[in-house]
Amino acid sequence: MLNGLKGLGVTLRGALRSKVTAEYPKEHLPLEKRFMGFPALTWDAARDEPYCTGCMVCVRYCPTQCMSARMQDNPKFAEGDSHRKKIIESFEINLGRCILCGICVDVCNFDAIEMSHEHERSERLRNANRVDLPALLKMGRRYQDEVGWKQSKPNPASPNEREAAKTAAEPAISGTSGEPRDQEGSSPPEKPGEDAA
Amino acid sequence: MHQPGSESGTVDMMINMGPQHPATHGVFRMELRVDGEQIQDLVPHIGYLHRGSEKLCEHELYSQIITLFDRLDYISNFNNELVIVSAVEKLMGVEPPPRAELIRIIMCEFNRIASHMIFYGTFAIDMGALTPVLYNFRDREKIQSLFESVSGARLMHNYFRVGGVKQDVGDDFPERAMALCDELERGIDETDRLLTENEIFIERTSGIGVISGEDALDWGLSGPVLRASGVPYDVRVDEPYSRYDELDFGIPVGSAGDSWDRFYLRILEARESISIIRQAIALMEPGDTMAQIRRIARPPAGEVYAHCENPRGDLGVYIVSDGGERPYRLKVRPPSFCNLQALRDLTVGHYIADAVVILGTLDIVLGEVDR
Repeated sequence: MLNGLKGLGVTLRGALRSKVTAEYPKEHLPLEKRFMGFPALTWDAARDEPYCTGCMVCVRYCPTQCMSARMQDNPKFAEGDSHRKKIIESFEINLGRCILCGICVDVCNFDAIEMSHEHERSERLRNANRVDLPALLKMGRRYQDEVGWKQSKPNPASPNEREAAKTAAEPAISGTSGEPRDQEGSSPPEKPGEDAA
Repeated sequence: MHQPGSESGTVDMMINMGPQHPATHGVFRMELRVDGEQIQDLVPHIGYLHRGSEKLCEHELYSQIITLFDRLDYISNFNNELVIVSAVEKLMGVEPPPRAELIRIIMCEFNRIASHMIFYGTFAIDMGALTPVLYNFRDREKIQSLFESVSGARLMHNYFRVGGVKQDVGDDFPERAMALCDELERGIDETDRLLTENEIFIERTSGIGVISGEDALDWGLSGPVLRASGVPYDVRVDEPYSRYDELDFGIPVGSAGDSWDRFYLRILEARESISIIRQAIALMEPGDTMAQIRRIARPPAGEVYAHCENPRGDLGVYIVSDGGERPYRLKVRPPSFCNLQALRDLTVGHYIADAVVILGTLDIVLGEVDR
């Protein structure tokens, strides 16, 4: 009998404690910094275009095949404003299929996809969970603003920037070939001041 | 299976328990032949949650298989991840860095506590005690918040990698984990006080579903169910993997092999897990958390069997590799499935209400039974 009362003591003490539950729709518990919500595409503010080049790595590695992407020639590269030869044309993620594993973020070479903090999502239509490029970029920008997101390595210089750097350097170092390396990601930024923007 | 009338002119009745019965912890059906309230025969029916995980694994890269293993035993995800990751590492001959091993141990032990917490709560519900589950879930939420701060997800983490872990733990992790250990200790004590020595609880559990150590070994039982029968078999001690050999912890062993023993053993085990976590945090040193290997794991041709101690028992995985980036064949030895085999022997002769108790102490997870 006595031991039963011991249990009663626990519940009585529990009644005097402050509550631990949050009433969900009214109250939201804070998210952890690393929380993985739905994947979103990031926005390169310096170049005014998405980071994503449509290289399809994430599409290939997705365990549920929930995404599809198409790349196109980057018009900004033709004008010399961007270092990205290719850019994403269309990107679709079926968020209803996504299992939030984060593999796409792991395999991405361009910081282009991130697990956002977006997690509350309910739609009336079944296909409304298929989100397209503008929606993904919107989610991504919201996430970037929220966490103060930074890219892991600075952008390589665009053709125009390289040209500018070359003409600036030419009087000093004459005779160097200065052949532009056009491999993406291989050349270090020549004007770090611009990348900070 | 209907029997002809007995001397008293009655016949046995067939009843179905499940697949929607709340006490079956998922979708599990038991076909009972009862004489009044007494169970004469029991036939378990499984497969309601079959997803073909093993076959799916043959079409997935090793990095993607980890997400499938998260979903086998869906309340002890880290322990499942550990077994697949260590199997592939064994096949490739990769040693994860020491810090990664400790992070894995800490996560697995926290997950063991979280899994046992669900057991205490649901087991009490099975017997009509509705309070403990609220306390247990309160504490389990704290563990999951810690998981969220480390892996980014509360349940399906996908945090372990072949050769290490996805990312290092945060700077505040040791303090947070230590504080959580204290809280969990208090939580386990509360459950202990609520249930263990309660007269009604003892009445309902002691002497129910007894299995001897010998029988338990013959059935291939493992984990708490086996240890409650007095067999001190624990993979963490008998075949130490990861860095368990550097840690000092005891293996609680029961004596009677009844439902009460199986319950109390899990309380003791959770306390041991807390002591393991404290030791592992003390051992943690700064360093790498990922071995220098190719991003796509491509083990050599060959076969490997690795097993680890899950909260439910001895979880093993057997991989046949043909040298590609996907396994040729993958087989899981699920502890819940093996433990479930003894259900008929344990239950026959007891009452219907006890069948629920016995099934509860086996602590099966249907995701793992059916795969």
